Amino acid sequence: MSDDISLTEAERTAGIVRCDACPVLCRIRPGRAGACDRYANEEGRLVRVDPLVLLAKPDVARVAFVEGGGAWRGELGKGEGAFVTGIGATTTYPDYKPAPFIVSSKHDGVDMVTVVTEGIFSYCGVKVKIDTDRYLGPEQAAVRVKGEAVGHVTTAEYGSQMLSLGGVHHLTGGSKKEGVVTCDALLALCNREAVELSIDGGSTVVVQAERPPIVNGVAEERMRVGCGSAAIGMFAPQWHGHVDEVIVVDDHITGVLSEHQGGAFLDMKPAGIRVRGRRSTPGRYFQVAEPGLGWGGTDVSDPLEIIDRIDPKQAWPGLRLLMVSTTGEHSAWFELDQDLKPQAAPMPPPVRLVVERIAENCEPALCTVLFMAGAGGSLRAGVTENPVRLTRSVRETLTKVTLGGAPAFVWPGGGITLMVDVARMPERSFGYVPTPALVAPIEFTLRADDYAALGGYSSRTVTLEEAIAHAGHVRLGRDER
Amino acid sequence: MTCAVAAHLPDGRLHLQQGPIDLVIEAFGTAREVEHAYAQAMEGFGDILPGLVGELPALRQPVGETYPSLRGPVARRMAEAVWPHRAVYITPMAAVAGAVADEVLAALVRGRALDKAYVNDGGDIAVHLAPGHQLRAGIVADLQAPQLSGFATLHHDRPVRGIATSGCGGRSFSLGIADSTTVLAATAAAADAAATLIANAVNVDTPAVRRQPACELDPDSDLGELAVTVAVGDLPPALVVEALDRGLLEARRLRLCGMIDSAALSLQGHWRIESGGTAFARREAE
Repeated sequence: MSDDISLTEAERTAGIVRCDACPVLCRIRPGRAGACDRYANEEGRLVRVDPLVLLAKPDVARVAFVEGGGAWRGELGKGEGAFVTGIGATTTYPDYKPAPFIVSSKHDGVDMVTVVTEGIFSYCGVKVKIDTDRYLGPEQAAVRVKGEAVGHVTTAEYGSQMLSLGGVHHLTGGSKKEGVVTCDALLALCNREAVELSIDGGSTVVVQAERPPIVNGVAEERMRVGCGSAAIGMFAPQWHGHVDEVIVVDDHITGVLSEHQGGAFLDMKPAGIRVRGRRSTPGRYFQVAEPGLGWGGTDVSDPLEIIDRIDPKQAWPGLRLLMVSTTGEHSAWFELDQDLKPQAAPMPPPVRLVVERIAENCEPALCTVLFMAGAGGSLRAGVTENPVRLTRSVRETLTKVTLGGAPAFVWPGGGITLMVDVARMPERSFGYVPTPALVAPIEFTLRADDYAALGGYSSRTVTLEEAIAHAGHVRLGRDER
Repeated sequence: MTCAVAAHLPDGRLHLQQGPIDLVIEAFGTAREVEHAYAQAMEGFGDILPGLVGELPALRQPVGETYPSLRGPVARRMAEAVWPHRAVYITPMAAVAGAVADEVLAALVRGRALDKAYVNDGGDIAVHLAPGHQLRAGIVADLQAPQLSGFATLHHDRPVRGIATSGCGGRSFSLGIADSTTVLAATAAAADAAATLIANAVNVDTPAVRRQPACELDPDSDLGELAVTVAVGDLPPALVVEALDRGLLEARRLRLCGMIDSAALSLQGHWRIESGGTAFARREAE
């Protein structure tokens, strides 16, 4: 640090503080604020006077610091129920100096320290889980916003389609526009706003955290109860006696009751209705149709399309057939006529009841957005002089990592690569810098003695009361009158 | 060091901030043009504060005999704005907020087809208007009890493209006692410098006004030993009138010199308006 920002002895005696939060390097007299009105000199200490976000209000989801055990529920303040988050804490970059807030508090007689900062995450992105079986697009397909690639379709999960968006290659590895559009999309998703994504060779989907996805203009209501085979297993006993065959149409595994283990267990007679696709195990069929926006995530709008043939040796006139999708959204009742042709007929009430029960057992379809990022070298340097020890401490779970108070999952292996559900963070927790990169609050909480041991800036620690007092300020410096 | 931060406010306006620079920006036009304009404003924003800081010692010197030699585009706007006022004590810093607003507005509108746009730097506002368009700006006289005191409507066919408000409640020190002095001028930097001078002129000698050398409050202040207003007690109506009339005189001088379009001055609930029959309108319920 160069000499020109050090203070003279007289200035120090006068209680003047040098603010090095920005290049202006204000000298601030006691009780006054710098040129920005954001930093002030309070009794010889440089303090941030913008309100910090405290997770104390009842309308903000407060989350556990220490998972399980019901030990510590996140209250740091003495009866205040306050947890200082990184939101509004600001940061320094590159982080050659201690994080803006290092807050100590006691819990169960143990001194705890929370290092609070806002991190600039160059390596960051979101993983989006979209509860739908509708076809969004092929795996690896580009996901676009305003024509720019911002990510791709990744491995589908049970009842959900997954997108991986952002990351350093889209943020800074492509064109400038690609970076800006990606950053905008990530910021909006992390701040729980709606973003329209279009998938190459697939659908357009509007994604918003904690809201149902809107696929090609249609809001998804329900997540499937399970695959077709699982639906058979769950409801077979309830259909027993009311039907001769049930086909649960599903893009993944279509279930056929009389062939299925569930039907065999009920001593059901083979019905001789063969569905298309590839048989996996008895009563379970893959690829009965193409993926699409029809029944059970297939492209089928008339369920009879998936029936390959009806075996006259096994089927019989009057056979009662239920076809239903995995969400209960689609259903149809057929009876075979004298020529063994399925004829639509009114569905009997007991069968209707089970169809409704499928729908009832489907969970509401939601989009969930997990922010994923790496807390890199310089950010860690704001916490400790010896950054690798912080990494090890996190790894040994001596240090809890939270973002805006929400617990983060920290990936095993090297570095501090974390994931957090943005819905558990306070609203509008994220910002960005034109790099482009996202800015997110991050807090490291650990025992005070552990903090000292890993080379932390123990001398910079303030008490929780002090931090809260500072956070309570609404701009110092212009209220003398 | 904090780097420049950009964010979209919930209503879509752009917020740019670095250190003491705090801009709220809004552009009107097609979504595409607005998006491009915002990107342009962001692009050069990060360079502004470091550029100013690099020339800070010179910018804190009062302008005198020779035209200040400055390199940065914002610094040059500042010098240009204060140069006409060199007969009194003034430093380029008197126009810093307005000059930043002008510079960012220039970047915002360059090559873009916008209906209108503004860059609001803490009350010092640079305005862009396309033919046929107008912009209404509200005036808040008392920062301690903010409410709309009046408004100014800017039209494309009038020369006003800058608004600035100076007074005791703001971030900068004032030598005067005006609650607010709002000035309309050709640029935000010109309005900023003029508002500073007019606010300084709204003054009266009375023990009810407490003053202190600027350097005692802020060691870095460009006003040095000059006594700046720290507190203003309740004044008898006669003194309010006297102080406002002094300010009005200064405002009239500047208007007749062609340096401002109009000005509105307020002190303890009383107002003076100097305008050549132009853009100012006062809200009826004062």
